[in-house]
Amino acid sequence: MTAFLKLLFRNRLAALGAVVLGLILVLVIITPLLPLADPNVTSTGDRFARPFTQGHLLGTDHLGRDLLSRLLYGTRLSLAVGIAAAVIAATIGSAIGIIAGYFGGRTDNLIMRGVDMLMAFPYILLALAIVAALGPGLMNALVAVAAVNIPFFARNIRGITVSLAGREFIDAARLAGKGHVRIILTELLPNVLPVIIIAMSTTVGWMILETAGLSFLGLGSQPPQADLGSMLGEARAALITAPHTSVVPGIMIFFIVMSVNLLGDGVRDALDPRLKSGALSRPRATTRVDRKDPAPTRPQQGALDLQDLETQFHVGARVYRAVGGVSINVAPGECLGIIGESGSGKSVTALSVMGLVASPPGVITAGAVKFEGEDLLSARYEALRRKRGDKVAYIFQDPLATLHPLYKVGDQMIEAIQVHHKVPRSQARARALDLFNAVRIPNAESRLDNYPHEMSGGMRQRVGIAMAMVNDPEVIIADEPTTALDVTVQAQILALLDDLRRERGLAIIFITHDFGVVAQLCDRVAVMYAGRIVEEGPTQAVLDAPAHPYTKRLIACVPELGGGRRRLEAIPGLPPVVDKLPAGCAFAPRCTKAAADCQRGEIGLDRQGSRAVRCIHPEEALA
Amino acid sequence: MGAYILKRLISAIPVLLGITVIVFLIMAMIPGDPATAILGSYATPDNVEKLNRDLGLDKPLVQRYFIWLGNMLTGDFGRSFSLNRPVLDEILDRFQATLILAGVSFVLCSILGILAGVVSAARQYGFADKAITFTVLIGISIPSFFLGMMMILLFAVNLRWLPVSGMYAIYGGGDLPDLINHLIMPALALAAVATGVIARLSRSAMLEVLRQDFIRTARAKGVPERRVIYGHALRAAMVSIIPVLGIQAGFVLSGAVYIEMVFQWPGIGRMLVDAILKRDILLVQGGVVFVAAAYVMFNIAVDVAQSVLDPRIKT
Repeated sequence: MTAFLKLLFRNRLAALGAVVLGLILVLVIITPLLPLADPNVTSTGDRFARPFTQGHLLGTDHLGRDLLSRLLYGTRLSLAVGIAAAVIAATIGSAIGIIAGYFGGRTDNLIMRGVDMLMAFPYILLALAIVAALGPGLMNALVAVAAVNIPFFARNIRGITVSLAGREFIDAARLAGKGHVRIILTELLPNVLPVIIIAMSTTVGWMILETAGLSFLGLGSQPPQADLGSMLGEARAALITAPHTSVVPGIMIFFIVMSVNLLGDGVRDALDPRLKSGALSRPRATTRVDRKDPAPTRPQQGALDLQDLETQFHVGARVYRAVGGVSINVAPGECLGIIGESGSGKSVTALSVMGLVASPPGVITAGAVKFEGEDLLSARYEALRRKRGDKVAYIFQDPLATLHPLYKVGDQMIEAIQVHHKVPRSQARARALDLFNAVRIPNAESRLDNYPHEMSGGMRQRVGIAMAMVNDPEVIIADEPTTALDVTVQAQILALLDDLRRERGLAIIFITHDFGVVAQLCDRVAVMYAGRIVEEGPTQAVLDAPAHPYTKRLIACVPELGGGRRRLEAIPGLPPVVDKLPAGCAFAPRCTKAAADCQRGEIGLDRQGSRAVRCIHPEEALA
Repeated sequence: MGAYILKRLISAIPVLLGITVIVFLIMAMIPGDPATAILGSYATPDNVEKLNRDLGLDKPLVQRYFIWLGNMLTGDFGRSFSLNRPVLDEILDRFQATLILAGVSFVLCSILGILAGVVSAARQYGFADKAITFTVLIGISIPSFFLGMMMILLFAVNLRWLPVSGMYAIYGGGDLPDLINHLIMPALALAAVATGVIARLSRSAMLEVLRQDFIRTARAKGVPERRVIYGHALRAAMVSIIPVLGIQAGFVLSGAVYIEMVFQWPGIGRMLVDAILKRDILLVQGGVVFVAAAYVMFNIAVDVAQSVLDPRIKT
């Protein structure tokens, strides 16, 4: 609760709202004690006195009554009526909601049908009908406003109650022989109460406004009694000759509603955990690059060359070092595998290449990505965009989330072509069709007109591959493209990628956590752990004689068909959280071979010919 | 599509019946005797009894409901005693004026609100975002009737740009430019709050969508950022914006009652308020049922629009 209040008041606007509202509340509470003129004493001689005249700070109205006094008494009345309406609506609405949610079944059905009916009305119609039946008057307006808001509470509280009613503690109370009334009062109500109070605090401003509105129409408070609405309503006749009589109550309503709104927004934000995680900020078009040191100037190797790449996530004061100095390259026609557990930084490495890491919170803090002799991280947005999907293309995991759900897959293919090449739509469509055939999508022509949700997972993945291929790129970065698929489809898709790279001389970076897939497809493999490469080399050599203890354990995790009843060796423990990495080897806490010197200081990547390892006690010395 | 529309229309029947039941029950709450309420306390007992018989008030409640419903279905909403003309004729005349006002306001708040929200999201934390957020906060905090009065003071009285009130000029006028001239202020005042609400929602819907994987895919394909935001993201965000437009339409319709009072617009909201003050029960009853039914129909149109926009909805 204190944490909540602290969070709430760190929001300056919410604090401002609270202060203004508090000030108004104090003013109306002490109103009877203030030396004010009687709000109802008329003095037609003094009518329409301007503000700041002697004895009338805010002037007088059309009957010569003191406006300041009427304003404060009117505010008092408006607030009292609005709050009363909120309490009544909350009480009755919550009671209905709890009964519907707790008993369920037919009771629930019947009640909620009724609530839905009431919600089918624009709210004022219902309020007008009730006032019409009961007759104009402040109490009747209060009843109408409360009644109109009952469905809102009933529906909200029912939802909460339904989820609570199925929980164990309610069952336990029932088994203990408690009656329905007691369960509702002692078990349910305490849990629902905070929600009721929050719902009430967010709607009370609304109800103050609604009662003021009814009074404004002449259906609420009747003369000589006045709330803010009827003050405004009476002043309307003299709007042109004496505007101050309208402006005074109008501004007061505005202040009340605005401060309630500010406070309500603050409450909502403080309760929303996404705000703290930064999940509500919009990712930029490219990842932010903020390099302290100049980019490495080493000449490019292969088709794509990552040099000392560092990518971090800055969340609040925390810094997560997702990628900590990765150097890899891939040659044309070659397939490089990047393997590691979830959270090892392999996907972030891949997304950094084309600036696709969500930013904020992502920041690239060091290194270079060399492509066609240039550093992509220094490239301007437009230059980078032209290469995206045209020269370097991505295949993502889970194409249900990665394809746009509301566009036909054919249109998404056509768009991928047309953003880079000025070709007519018919020609782009023909090209899309060719690729659908190339990735062996049956009935390719009709499939072009499907939406993603109308296809199976395997088909969608093929669409993802076809889309990556559509502009004949030089490099494809495939981020776990087969993880979500069943084994037969997976084998087909791997074979497909393999054919494509052999036919077209494509360079592939293939990200996976599955050594089986690596063995099948990749020429070389890089093993990542906690954001760094711990071992690299030709696939067969690494598989035959892993040098890093982590690689060895990772390979031991793969079950082998026909390999007998071998014990599967899970790696105990979890990868470290990358915001507080230990010194030295990050794997040491989980490593059976760890020694005292492992965590003493920085351990470099030891390169011997085509292989490299980051370990001072390797399983096998590199030859 | 045709089958879907039909299905939605059929599902509206119980809602419409429910509305008539609720209105009927509320009107049955009238304390004392409606005939006395209509004729006033000086009416003779004979006259009261006669009116009760004419209105069918001597019959049991359930029977009265079905008579009333049957009459309405044949277009007989009764006769307004204060205007001395059939209720339905008056409603149709007045509803047209409300429809012009609320319709224009609704279009305004939809376009302005979505535009503001999208720009705000696209420039999150930038100057445009802050300016829009601030304006929206003011907009949703000013009661529409007060805003309307202040607009009259500024644009009609001080600057003399626009007419103070009414739908057409009393002398001359009566054509479209005259109508537009009279419509500008009330339509804007009515649209203000809804614009703010829609802008806020559009902003958060856009921010939500911009974090989705398919947006990253669009960027990875090399789609220009403008198109990512105003094409891919907005299209997906519309799916959550459209239902809110439907809800806001109800608020625009409600707010029209105040605006019609402020600007002396001859719409159905003002008719209802006058009818309540004159205790013309049949006029209130008919007006409420009519507008509620129109709102239900509008919401069906919103659902249909949603199903066109989102192919995942089973039609």
